[in-house]
Amino acid sequence: MGGVGTRRIRSEHAARAEEFAAFVAGAAGRLLHVATLLTAETRTRNPYARALLTAALAHAYAVRDRGRDEDPYALTRDDLALRFARTAWRHRAGHGGILAALTPRERLVLVLRLYEGVPEEQTAALLGLPEARIRAVCARAVARLREERRGDGSPGGGPAGRRGGDGRAAA
Amino acid sequence: MRHGDKEAAVRRLLDTPHPPVPRDLGARAAARGGRVRRRERALRRAGGVLAGLVALGFTVWAAEVRPWEPPPAATTPPFAGP
Repeated sequence: MGGVGTRRIRSEHAARAEEFAAFVAGAAGRLLHVATLLTAETRTRNPYARALLTAALAHAYAVRDRGRDEDPYALTRDDLALRFARTAWRHRAGHGGILAALTPRERLVLVLRLYEGVPEEQTAALLGLPEARIRAVCARAVARLREERRGDGSPGGGPAGRRGGDGRAAA
Repeated sequence: MRHGDKEAAVRRLLDTPHPPVPRDLGARAAARGGRVRRRERALRRAGGVLAGLVALGFTVWAAEVRPWEPPPAATTPPFAGP
């Protein structure tokens, strides 16, 4: 009878590991992109972003059955954002990403609001700031980014938008 | 409207191809998460056992000492008999 119990536990364990692997396979690309935008690292060299993502995924794995109704993607992304907010002062300077000209907080708000499409009130609640402040930081970040792009003289288009799609499907 | 256009432009700017994900990222995260989970569970269990022991100890002590009863008089009342 002990054998049956252990076998059931093991199969549950395996199913959970499989589920988590499927989630990572689907979401890790987009999440790593978010992390790399936050840390202002480049596509090919992003150790800080990888460390952040590993920690956030580990957290999602550890608390997976604490709030069953929560979207694991949102859980991981929010943990990632908070981890970045907590540790960014140690990595102040950017390393050449698109958002290297912005401060960590501006990057955080810009990425959450515009790339991830998190509503203003949720962003405010997550970061513990008033909504008006989120709006102001976001507007300032947009203005600074445009100013910097214009200063560069590079054409503003960039790679054509292929927004969303992959990533969230498996969640 | 103009503000919306600016935001759309920034959105396009952020929408670059995703960076390549290290192959073992998920496995490492799962291992680390499992470790955290086991540690938390062990800690919680130890805390529960400790709380139980404290409750048991208090019960035994209270039953033994009965601190709610007034202590016996330390002095003998003056004898005023015949």
